[in-house]
Amino acid sequence: MGILEIVVITIVKILFIITAMLLTVSYSVYFERKISAWAQNRLGPNRVGWQGILQPFADVFKLLLKEDIVPERANKYVHAIAPMIALFVAFTTYAVIPIGPNIHLFGYEIQLVVADINMGILYVLALTSLGVYAITFAGWSSGSKYSLLGGIRSSAQMISYEISMGFSIGGVLLISESLRPIDIVNSQAGWMWNAFIQPIGFITFVVSAFAETNRLPFDLPEAEPELVGGFHTEYSSMKFAAFFLAEYANMIIASALIVTLYLGGWQVPYIETLNLPTWLITLIQIGSFFVKMGALLFFFIWVRWSIPRFRYDQLMNLGWKVMFPLSLVNIIWVAALVMIFKI
Amino acid sequence: MTKVNNSLKKRKKDLTFWQKIYIPEIIKGLSLTMKNMIRPKFTMEYPEEKFIPPSSYRGRPVLVMEHNGDERCVACGLCSRVCPALAIEVQAAETDREKERYPEKFEINMLRCIFCGLCEEVCPEEAIVMSKDYELAFTNRDDAIYGKDKLLIPVDQLQDRIEFLRRYK
Repeated sequence: MGILEIVVITIVKILFIITAMLLTVSYSVYFERKISAWAQNRLGPNRVGWQGILQPFADVFKLLLKEDIVPERANKYVHAIAPMIALFVAFTTYAVIPIGPNIHLFGYEIQLVVADINMGILYVLALTSLGVYAITFAGWSSGSKYSLLGGIRSSAQMISYEISMGFSIGGVLLISESLRPIDIVNSQAGWMWNAFIQPIGFITFVVSAFAETNRLPFDLPEAEPELVGGFHTEYSSMKFAAFFLAEYANMIIASALIVTLYLGGWQVPYIETLNLPTWLITLIQIGSFFVKMGALLFFFIWVRWSIPRFRYDQLMNLGWKVMFPLSLVNIIWVAALVMIFKI
Repeated sequence: MTKVNNSLKKRKKDLTFWQKIYIPEIIKGLSLTMKNMIRPKFTMEYPEEKFIPPSSYRGRPVLVMEHNGDERCVACGLCSRVCPALAIEVQAAETDREKERYPEKFEINMLRCIFCGLCEEVCPEEAIVMSKDYELAFTNRDDAIYGKDKLLIPVDQLQDRIEFLRRYK
């Protein structure tokens, strides 16, 4: 492949991922509202289009038309940069997540991942920690005590949970012996999904993912009863929309990561034995990735409408005294497995 | 009679081991919300589907119109007299019909009306009754004053309420 072809293919992949992301983000907002309504015996949005299917677009237009208010005491530049960081982090993280096996199209072999870099997981960890800056900057630059408290809370929370998250990933890396997401997916062939091999690591990672994405039960940075709106109290219009989109994009990335690391990525166990044509297998595999991701997204929303918020000290206790030791136990467990069974 | 001292009552304070682990409790909570998610909804989608109140409902007060198109009202002015919100204005006039009096002007200011139903209770002729109409919206204050054109409703449509009044008044 020449340089030109690589560039064209990459641009097509980027465009595809970004449109797919934006659509999923807007529809996860729609489903958030629908599922919350169902959980509370309501109907949810059902006026814009069939069953309210065009609601996300109405929401976006509403936010676009709103006045963009910047508080007088805010630091204007940092205030404007924070939502950009949030969106940037949310969208760039997706670059390393593979959504399917290699495909052959027009004589080229195309990998279904934007950037197949050999330290993909490290890249994800690095970018998600960059995401803390968005929230901290937003909180600090708003010149409001509620925003500041929300920003500080979230930085403390995200840093503490990043540790148990990192250690849970350690277990995965011991088995795959690689930081490349594609290798990690390939190491989970058949029923060798990491969720079954290391259930403790799976649970700690899922819990940390909830904390990292600031979702209930860990949404302390924006705890409404205590902090008005948390770090985005002083944001309006498209800047607020950017934070809102970033929150849902983070949720999508968290579920994509969980699928890649623990639920076998795009693999469907033993599909090779069915003797189906290659293109059908590829399609089923890509479909299975999105089905798994959708199920996790549903789980994220479902948990939000079921479980009450943690108190701040409970959150820290859980992070440092429960999740951190559990993820260490998981590493020992996986190391023992690798030593004994030579997986 | 023994007085129970609430502060001495034994409270179940300590969580059991399974409650401390928290995961079973999460599953319980999740299954509860799931149960509610698949339950049928009983929301009434208002503009398409309207609530039809029972006959005891007090909607906007209306005048009864007989089959021949005359009003039943004899313009005695009791309703206007009893109205606590001073919403009703009646002006009587004479006719050649069997009932010699009729209201020349009958106006209810719907911004003042409090839907108490006293007019209906005091009426000797069953001429003013509360209807089932609850959709009252105006774009200006003048529209809120309902004259005879809006108040007169054929007696057949009000049969429910009249029967209710005969049974319970």
